[in-house]
Amino acid sequence: MKRIAGIAVLLVVVMLITTLIDTTFIKGYNIMNIMRWSGLFGILSLGEAFPVMTAGIDLSVGSISGLIGALSANFIRMRGMPIALALVICFGLAILMGYIHGLLVTKIRMQPFVVTLCGLFIYRGMARFTMQDVTQGYGNAFLGLKFLAHGRVPAAFWPAGQAPRVIQDWSLPMPFIIIVIVGIILAVFLNRTVYGRYILALGRNERAARFSGINTDRMTIVAYMISSTCAGLAGILFSLDLNTVQPSTAGNMYELYAIAGCVVGGVSLKGGEGNIMGVIIGTAIVRVLYNAINILGIATTLEFGVVGLVILIGVGADEVIKSLTARRRIAEVRSAHGSGGAASSGTT
Amino acid sequence: MAENEGSSLLEMRGITKYFPGAKALDHVDFELNRGEILAVIGENGAGKSTLVKVLGGIHLPEMGAIRLNGQDVVIDSVQTATKLGISFVHQELNLSDNLDIATNVFLGREPREKNFLRLIDRKKLYRDTEEILQHIDMNYSPRLLVHDLTIGGQQMIEIAKALSIKAQILIMDEPTSSLSRGETEQLFKVIQELKLQGVSIIYISHRLGEVKEVADRVMVLRDGRVSGHLGKEEISHEKMVKLMVGRDIEKFYHHEHEASKKPVFEVRDFIVAEHPKERINFTVHEGEIVVLAGLVGAGRTELAHALFGIVKPLGGQILLDDRPIVINSPQDAMRAGIILVPEDRKLHGLIMEMAVETNITLASLDRYQKMKMIQFEEVRTVANEMVQKLDVRLRSIDQLVESLSGGNQQKVVLAKWLCLNPRVLLLDEPTRGIDVVAKEEIYRLMERLASQGVAILVISSEMLEVLGIADRILVMHDGRISGELSKEQFSEEAVVHLATGGK
Repeated sequence: MKRIAGIAVLLVVVMLITTLIDTTFIKGYNIMNIMRWSGLFGILSLGEAFPVMTAGIDLSVGSISGLIGALSANFIRMRGMPIALALVICFGLAILMGYIHGLLVTKIRMQPFVVTLCGLFIYRGMARFTMQDVTQGYGNAFLGLKFLAHGRVPAAFWPAGQAPRVIQDWSLPMPFIIIVIVGIILAVFLNRTVYGRYILALGRNERAARFSGINTDRMTIVAYMISSTCAGLAGILFSLDLNTVQPSTAGNMYELYAIAGCVVGGVSLKGGEGNIMGVIIGTAIVRVLYNAINILGIATTLEFGVVGLVILIGVGADEVIKSLTARRRIAEVRSAHGSGGAASSGTT
Repeated sequence: MAENEGSSLLEMRGITKYFPGAKALDHVDFELNRGEILAVIGENGAGKSTLVKVLGGIHLPEMGAIRLNGQDVVIDSVQTATKLGISFVHQELNLSDNLDIATNVFLGREPREKNFLRLIDRKKLYRDTEEILQHIDMNYSPRLLVHDLTIGGQQMIEIAKALSIKAQILIMDEPTSSLSRGETEQLFKVIQELKLQGVSIIYISHRLGEVKEVADRVMVLRDGRVSGHLGKEEISHEKMVKLMVGRDIEKFYHHEHEASKKPVFEVRDFIVAEHPKERINFTVHEGEIVVLAGLVGAGRTELAHALFGIVKPLGGQILLDDRPIVINSPQDAMRAGIILVPEDRKLHGLIMEMAVETNITLASLDRYQKMKMIQFEEVRTVANEMVQKLDVRLRSIDQLVESLSGGNQQKVVLAKWLCLNPRVLLLDEPTRGIDVVAKEEIYRLMERLASQGVAILVISSEMLEVLGIADRILVMHDGRISGELSKEQFSEEAVVHLATGGK
């Protein structure tokens, strides 16, 4: 809980500083934009969190989202497939990819980094080859489907353009609503079911978990399936949002944003540690930084530098605070014992 | 000792050290003479390890003074300690087993060539290592990979490493915990030789029999304070225990349960992968405590792992209450009511960085769910009940397991498994590295379970324990059951004879 409060404070601080320099940041339109992007990237981060919690990693999520995003547009528009069928195939593929990653990691005992690095290359190659590097998109049709990416609630309940101004400005973007739903589902899975505890336990000490009668292989596979499914969902939403998907570039580097979101959000790369709310806030911090760089007119060439530096400071500060609290506890014991033998527990 | 101040090599005065939530050392005074073997004993959490870690430069004390050779010194790092000739052999092996002996012995202090490149002087490295190895009677090539040595051999490399800095004080923290009897004896021989060469040794051990054998003097710690010293002639098991716990333990082992003749757990023609030629047959009856004795490496742990489904056996049959069962995974074993409390707490038994509550309920978690949702109130109730039942000493069940003492950690492992109400209990070295009080409590718990009819198989390497708790002893040697002893036949000689391959 303390941890979430800490990163929430970091988010508010970054937002405050940006607002103080330029108030356009806090305008409804801009905030809603950030929420939309946080939703899209956040879904990737949420999925990524699960392999990371098992002490693994998933480097393939960017390529999966690119491939699935391009394929969904390709199926629906170019091939005229029924939308439901196309979605079933796309999600089926995404789930299958995670299943294969999980199998390779658990049964063949390959390292997660290697397995998913190969996935990163293979899925990119598949996207480029099957669609011959041709840009995919939905054209001007499929407004219903596009609502998932562009829609805004509750403004959508009024006929187009007739909602009151305030509602137009402050309606929540659909990707944000989707990430809230996905987040609730995953939070329940992680915190309220036995499987969540199993994943955290095996992430910290796989052997002890196995000795406790936990089917660690199965839980690890499930973690990779969650990751790839989220990547597929994000890929489809990205393709609907941008309406142009280049098989060669869509989703490039997104796996690193996903990992960044996890790290900032308190998911330890050591495994066994993580929470859903933290990951969403962590992703939001990265998106706010990008937005701030834009609004404050900082040279876009500095983008990566600024984002990297802020993450480094944030995570570094977290570690420093942790060791400081440990030291303070020692000092407390010392003064408690030092004040004449009788242990007085009430010292600060 | 005190009458001859001149020969005192090391003096520590008023050493005090705090840890988060606890005072680990409270004004500890002691001295060490040249060529003396001082045993430091005490329950877990008494402060033994902390004290020697202060001396070894791993912990900095909050208060206190250290005098070495009559000079005040501040030992603020391992490097400083090394420079002062204080060397540390840790309980856990700290070797890189992918590298050879010589590289390990001189790791970080490699002799360099005297030219501007300062490359490693490999000739000197191997020659010096060979010298040290001969010094401690080890006839191994310094080029041998550490990986290829036995655990005992690796322990000797640790000692070689400590000697390579020309130590005047050698600290050994539980050096025999993973050694066989033969290896232990070799170690004692080396210790005696070092003593003759004027090296002072601080020897920490839970094994009071060994302490009696090796020590010139015993210092006992209790709750971070010195509770007493024993000179060579005064050292006895009873006196040591009394100083450790502050009271007499009248009877260590109580036998109240009555084993029945009803077979519960039968193992027939069982073949373990490590010893494919051997067939293992034995039976444990209702309410019976059978001890599986033998040397480290006899194949006992491997057998236990196979019985619990961690690794697949190559063949054989297991009968539970006369019915054959198939065990392919720990889940199968648990469903049948068979559980294993593994030997290695940190590696297999616990998730150290997680809460006591999480650990206790991990194996039985799926029993506390309704509609797939964990019922957290029930989980907490169960955890609290188990904590009370086993008398685990802690502040709260939300505390991390790593912050508990060894004995209490072991109780948490037991608690995790006893939630499942087992029919057959396999215990692998259940009292390794824990203090006498916790040991006694665990023995009492085993008694209670046996009188409830649980069939118990205990793997143990401690002779007192083997003879004390067993209704029947099975001895393993080289992957096979080399003999069985009934109560009338119990004797140390009989067990050792069978364990070392005697007929």
